[in-house]
Amino acid sequence: MRRTTPDLRRELEARGVTRRDFIGFCAGVAALLGLPKSAGAAIASAIEHKLKPSIVWLEFQDCAGNTESFLRASKPTAADVLLDLLSVDYHETIMAAAGARAEAALEAVRATAAGQYLVVVEGSIPTGANGAYCTIGGRSALQIAEHLCKDALAVIAVGTCAAFGGLPAAAPNPTGALSVEEAVPGIKTLINLPACPVNAENLTAVLVYFLTYNRWPALDRYHRPLFAYGKSIHDACERRAHFDAGQYVEAWGDQGHRDGFCLYKVGCKGPATFQNCPNIGWNENTNWPIGCGHPCIGCAEPQFWDRMTPFYQHLDGVPGFNAATHIDRVGLYATGAVAAAFAGHGLVQITKRAAARHKAKVEAAKAEATAPAPAPEPEPAPAPAPAPEPVATTDKDGES
Amino acid sequence: MTHIVVDPVTRIEGHLRIEAEVENGSVTNAWSSSTMFRGIELILEGRDPRDAWAFTQRICGVCTTVHAIASIRAVENAIGAVPPPNARVLRNLIIAAQCVQDHVVHFYHLHALDWVDVVSALSADPAETASLAQSISDWHNSSASYFTAVKARLKGFVDRGQLGPFANAYWGHSAYKLPPAANLMAVAHYLEALDWQREFIKLHAILGGKNPHLQSFLVGGMATPVDPSSQSALNIHTIAALKSLIASAKDFVRRVYIPDLLAVASFYKDWAGYGAGVGNYLVYGEYPLTDGKDAPLYLPSGVIRDRNLGKIEKLDTSKITEQVKHSWYTYGKGDDEALHPSLGETKPSYTGPTPPYERLDTSAKYSWLKSPRYDGQPMEVGPLARMLVAYGSGHAQVKALVDGALGKLGVGPEALFSTLGRVAARGLETALLADKMGDWVDELAENMGRGELRIHDNEKWDPSTWPEQAIGAGFHEAPRGALGHWVSIWRGKIARYQCIVPSTWNAGPRDAKEAPGPYESALLGTPVADPEQPIEILRTVHSFDPCMACGVHVVDRAGAELAKVKVR
Repeated sequence: MRRTTPDLRRELEARGVTRRDFIGFCAGVAALLGLPKSAGAAIASAIEHKLKPSIVWLEFQDCAGNTESFLRASKPTAADVLLDLLSVDYHETIMAAAGARAEAALEAVRATAAGQYLVVVEGSIPTGANGAYCTIGGRSALQIAEHLCKDALAVIAVGTCAAFGGLPAAAPNPTGALSVEEAVPGIKTLINLPACPVNAENLTAVLVYFLTYNRWPALDRYHRPLFAYGKSIHDACERRAHFDAGQYVEAWGDQGHRDGFCLYKVGCKGPATFQNCPNIGWNENTNWPIGCGHPCIGCAEPQFWDRMTPFYQHLDGVPGFNAATHIDRVGLYATGAVAAAFAGHGLVQITKRAAARHKAKVEAAKAEATAPAPAPEPEPAPAPAPAPEPVATTDKDGES
Repeated sequence: MTHIVVDPVTRIEGHLRIEAEVENGSVTNAWSSSTMFRGIELILEGRDPRDAWAFTQRICGVCTTVHAIASIRAVENAIGAVPPPNARVLRNLIIAAQCVQDHVVHFYHLHALDWVDVVSALSADPAETASLAQSISDWHNSSASYFTAVKARLKGFVDRGQLGPFANAYWGHSAYKLPPAANLMAVAHYLEALDWQREFIKLHAILGGKNPHLQSFLVGGMATPVDPSSQSALNIHTIAALKSLIASAKDFVRRVYIPDLLAVASFYKDWAGYGAGVGNYLVYGEYPLTDGKDAPLYLPSGVIRDRNLGKIEKLDTSKITEQVKHSWYTYGKGDDEALHPSLGETKPSYTGPTPPYERLDTSAKYSWLKSPRYDGQPMEVGPLARMLVAYGSGHAQVKALVDGALGKLGVGPEALFSTLGRVAARGLETALLADKMGDWVDELAENMGRGELRIHDNEKWDPSTWPEQAIGAGFHEAPRGALGHWVSIWRGKIARYQCIVPSTWNAGPRDAKEAPGPYESALLGTPVADPEQPIEILRTVHSFDPCMACGVHVVDRAGAELAKVKVR
């Protein structure tokens, strides 16, 4: 299993990926991560000269939606990751081997690369019925997770089920489903990439960041990379102007709906949801849920199946919508409600080691959000969010 | 006699375990066990029925549209909402695109490696591969230099010593029959299909915001506004984009997938003699062509028994029952009962071994799947069932496709009842739907042109318009077969939710009469040259395209006692 020195650049050229394409891809990753343009060259150099780290992808109480999302990754593509960037040594949905031979591949990684391999976990981990709610090769999900996660260089929990428990953990949690963090305490480096499913571009950006710098992007206290989860959907929404102007969809298919008005009144959870959907979109930025006329359902948030439902009921604490009067207040009410809903979670708090500059900005945003609702005086709706922070420069002693 | 355990069965969705007995080189007994369970129906109880589609959608992220479709249809059926024409057309497009994309991914990425030896491709002569490719298709990527580059990429990958997802497989097994040139062609198309699926599924992003887990479904219609005069709605640009994506799908399916399928099948004709299974087929039907109840369907419903294509029975959903004698559930009146889903009980009761375990006691309960039966009989569902029912019903396009393929392979219709028949039917259905999708885009454009912009039945949106009690069922043909959801609503909330899913029909365990399910039945007689490398078992199981997360999801209130662990 040990490696010979690769020459990725030559391999890429052999299959028609030009130097220009490759640098373009690296620059795109740098932009997504909020890095300065010059970082693109560093990424390119690192990817070209790195050995391929071993990665195992574990599926537990999952729907394979995160795997499918990974197959939609564009730059790099799934084929690039599978063949060139990483050695995907175990992934049940993709791998050729089955049964005992598949298990042997998994054990080989643990035996030969202890402390050096990466683990991706998809799906929650059930603890009811002694683990019998999810077994693979006769072992329970919990047994497998403990066996592999503790010796991993890092564990990436993809999708809301692995990151926060997700759907199986929704009330009444019939199978005792837990997130990776809850089920396997003490993981050295845990990165949560919630959303249902994970946006493939966020996953590949994290992997490429690691391949480039041999450390992980700055994380918040929920182990989420700030570059992807540092800002609310509402703040970056293309329909934000309609929200501020009091222009709302009232009924499905009405003139406002056809004109792209704000979906807040029909239940949009964008103000309470922190993810970069508005910036990077889905499927190579072809579209995103709000772009197709449906409200955000808050799928990247902890316990969204319980906290964000009913999906078509607008966020609590918004006392009616009268666009002619206190429309400025609406935004304030909305964010106030969000803050209330998430008070227990301390959302958007940055790890203590994250850079002070970034922290100050986020704290300011948070302070704004935690303003009591209803506010004593109408204030302007929150200003458009600042440009993405150059995260890479702020995490010299980050989580990793 | 050798006892074989294949767990995990890989290249599927979800968690499947096969145990089999092999004697004198063939399977004499087989058991199919599903080993994962979530309890989604219980999670649904007490919630807003308009939210249910998003919950059930997460039953599966591979067939990421199917449980959303079945759910909104079930709730619409219960409350009497009637989606307008645009919603029907958009749904048809989304359903067909799911089928087309899913079938291609299944063929190349989940199934091909059972037939294609990747390592053998390394010894292929690219020039020979080029002439093979050019002899079966006019697809543009067919030059010797193209295949030289593919071979170099593969060689570079292998030379690095890290085989990743291709490690530890059964390469070199005597059951692989393709010559190196054909193997190299298939590997090239494995990679092309990986790129193609990513592009084509943008159709779902256009109509659903994202894929996986599209987000434009609504009880009563769709959330995607339609307006040729708006940049924030489906408009003429969208029509053009849809047409272009569909054209690319037709192109890829007609010039790559189908030629590959026929080429591979021609080396494995003996697999037309294995894997037949139960010989009964059930289809709910799909693609309503008009609006409202009893609309004609592009793919008809029906039931076939004992492989009798001459008699397509009318489907009667009241004959559907589920049994639990070999499932980890109990019934109040005894486990030999057979209950209709509208009266179904689901009390989980795990009696299997405590993990880690080596063997299941297959004489007792051994799966998280129930055993669905139609009129007491096991039924196969899926593309083969759909093509057979359409063929037997005289569907002109299906008949032409099926007869054409049989003619090219030089086999008769009896070859359809097999592992190979299942693989072929999936490809033919893909071609059929890729051809049909354009009609629905035209219909959407015509609707726009005459000012028909409705996407939703707003009249039934407000729960105060619903009766105190409402009961409904929603039926759908998912890529893997017949899917049904049954919902009961009480005062605006879900009182009960039940699903019977394609992989439950196909992968379910023995019933109260000890009759095996379709997987178990299809495996009987499958040759196994080397019990240590049971690739033949994978061939037949994969031909069904298992989707196990779909199959297991049921639990009712009695299961709550198992939820001892804290809720966050």
